[in-house]
Amino acid sequence: MGVATDGALALTPARFPPWLALEAGRQGNEWEGWNMLRGNAHRTLQGTPRRALRWLLAVAAALLIGGATAQATYTVGLSLSTLNNPFFVDVRDGAQQEAQLFGIKLVVTDAQNDLNKQISDIEDLIQQKVNVLLVNATDSAGVVPAVKEANAAGIPVFAIDRAIDTSTGAQVVAQIASDNVYGGRLQARRVAEVLGSTGNVVELEGIPGASAAIDRKSGFESELKSVAPNVQIIADQPAGFDQAQGLNVMQNILQAHQGQIDAVVAANDSMAVGALQAIQQAGAKRPNGQPIVVIGFDAIDQSLSQIKAGAMDSTVAQQPKLMGRLGVDAAHMLSLDSLMFSTLASGQFMPVAVQLITAQNLPQ
Amino acid sequence: MPEPSTLSARPRRDWGQIALAYGIYLVLLLFVAAMALLSPNFLRVTNLLNIVTQASTVAVIAVGTTMVILLAEIDLSVGSVAALAGAVTAGVLKAGGGADPVWLLLAVLAGLAIGTALGALNGALTVWGGIPSFIVTLGMLSVGRGLTLLYTGGRPIFGLGGGFSAMAYGRVGPVPVPIIILVVLYTLAALFLHTTQLGRYIYAAGTNRRAVALAGVNVDRLKVGVFALAGTLAGLGGVLLTARLDSAQPTAATGWELDVIAAVVLGGTSLYGGRGAVMKTLVGAIILQLISNGLNLLNVQAYWQQITKGGVILLALLLERSIRRVRGGDEM
Repeated sequence: MGVATDGALALTPARFPPWLALEAGRQGNEWEGWNMLRGNAHRTLQGTPRRALRWLLAVAAALLIGGATAQATYTVGLSLSTLNNPFFVDVRDGAQQEAQLFGIKLVVTDAQNDLNKQISDIEDLIQQKVNVLLVNATDSAGVVPAVKEANAAGIPVFAIDRAIDTSTGAQVVAQIASDNVYGGRLQARRVAEVLGSTGNVVELEGIPGASAAIDRKSGFESELKSVAPNVQIIADQPAGFDQAQGLNVMQNILQAHQGQIDAVVAANDSMAVGALQAIQQAGAKRPNGQPIVVIGFDAIDQSLSQIKAGAMDSTVAQQPKLMGRLGVDAAHMLSLDSLMFSTLASGQFMPVAVQLITAQNLPQ
Repeated sequence: MPEPSTLSARPRRDWGQIALAYGIYLVLLLFVAAMALLSPNFLRVTNLLNIVTQASTVAVIAVGTTMVILLAEIDLSVGSVAALAGAVTAGVLKAGGGADPVWLLLAVLAGLAIGTALGALNGALTVWGGIPSFIVTLGMLSVGRGLTLLYTGGRPIFGLGGGFSAMAYGRVGPVPVPIIILVVLYTLAALFLHTTQLGRYIYAAGTNRRAVALAGVNVDRLKVGVFALAGTLAGLGGVLLTARLDSAQPTAATGWELDVIAAVVLGGTSLYGGRGAVMKTLVGAIILQLISNGLNLLNVQAYWQQITKGGVILLALLLERSIRRVRGGDEM
């Protein structure tokens, strides 16, 4: 698959449902099962025909067998950390949509960010004999005892959004979470698209050592090397995912590279907004006199309003609804073929695609 | 203090004494010289003004913390208190809607009031509750952050209108407003500590609480007052930060208590109380910001930054202490 095609697909989600279009553009670290699951088999077939064919046969067989025996009472339990946050409300809504589609019964609990409540929530769900548990942990390690209870009861557990600690013997079928590496790649493709083949980029990293910071950085840097090898990263500095640090660090970098900067790529929106302030206060411009291109990550309201105003270029959005849908999909798939996941290591990462947001596709 | 005497006037300058008093300034000069050699962009006027402006929020808060530490107490809650004050100011501004100067003033006062209230509570719990200030303010660190998250709903408050951010970005002639605020505040604080009776009591109560009490001073009330003032100044720092970011972040100023304490200690104020000078705290805050600026200018890799920053702070302290030892004394 050519890179140009990937970029085009990723940036024109209108042709497909957005997640589908993005899935098609993914390379390398994707889990092929998603494509199969979304009825998107032909795309995977292009890449790795044999493996894909095996999946296809497995799913087809599973559908035949499962179709006959699946019962309407198949129940999925979804234990959420909180519903006091729009992100997780969207996860729930997505899960409900998908459950309705497949005629699955979905039981949702809200732990209100309280670990004790979540443990008793999960115990209740085990008592109700749900077939599969989707757990969005309030705490990676704290939720382990409840997960072990589910393991003992023979109920498969998927982790949603937040990882569950599997180092102490808890069994998790898979971790379903946003693909930060892929988000970094989208940023790199956007840089290539806006700057063309040459230019100077400033990179603002998150908290050193945090997994989101590492993933976003590695995705961005590796993709930039392949799509725009002549674009230089002239400064690469940490700013702690924090707006104040983003502002200070960018002020300092502007002093070191006056009149040389074409774009700023930040690992989250708070830093991007801070950098934008530094640029505006200094009145800094690109070498060609145009405004410096600022790209963020997370799609918080603050950055969306800057994109709307034309001051910021773009950001990367997670897709919580898709996350909920894929959680139910995974549970559904397990109901059709219990061997489906048997080849996976416990806690395998199943990435949920993220989406580039520009002025063209701003959410209303 | 040496008595003025025409008979024993010493013709030789006492370099040791000078080094003792101005050690931290020498360290600052050394760092400036080193950075000027390492980066051609360092000694630009804009860059130097940037450094002081960037240091201003921490430096404002550090005035209050210096006084608390002079009393041999500690305040770990300043970051959270600053965040809450900034959020309340932003909230009031939003409610007022518009750049009406009366609302602006009201919003700033609301922020300062919240800071003062939490600071006074810190003091009251320490003095009358009999709980060590380390524990009281550690609790307040958590409570303040929780209140900030509750107040903001975990989301930034933004779109505050242009008038407010002038506090951070306005200029009087060529000088940015935050630098003017710093100069005024530090001058007032130094005058207060060194020339007023109350200021001298703060020094004295830090070393010998009993003597001050016997002199008829209500040390308890003095302490609560200083904690309240530290709260006000933390609030002011938070308001300035909100103006600078043109938004209130729920996680703003996280971990700043450590930067503030580092600035105070770099400035030579003793953690055991009674010794220190507020002007040197300002130098400490500027040195801290200078290190960050240098790391950015030289594009030092992220993991190395943490090592370098800690190492340079320790080096600065060592330098300052060894300059003191030139004269063998450890007094102010």
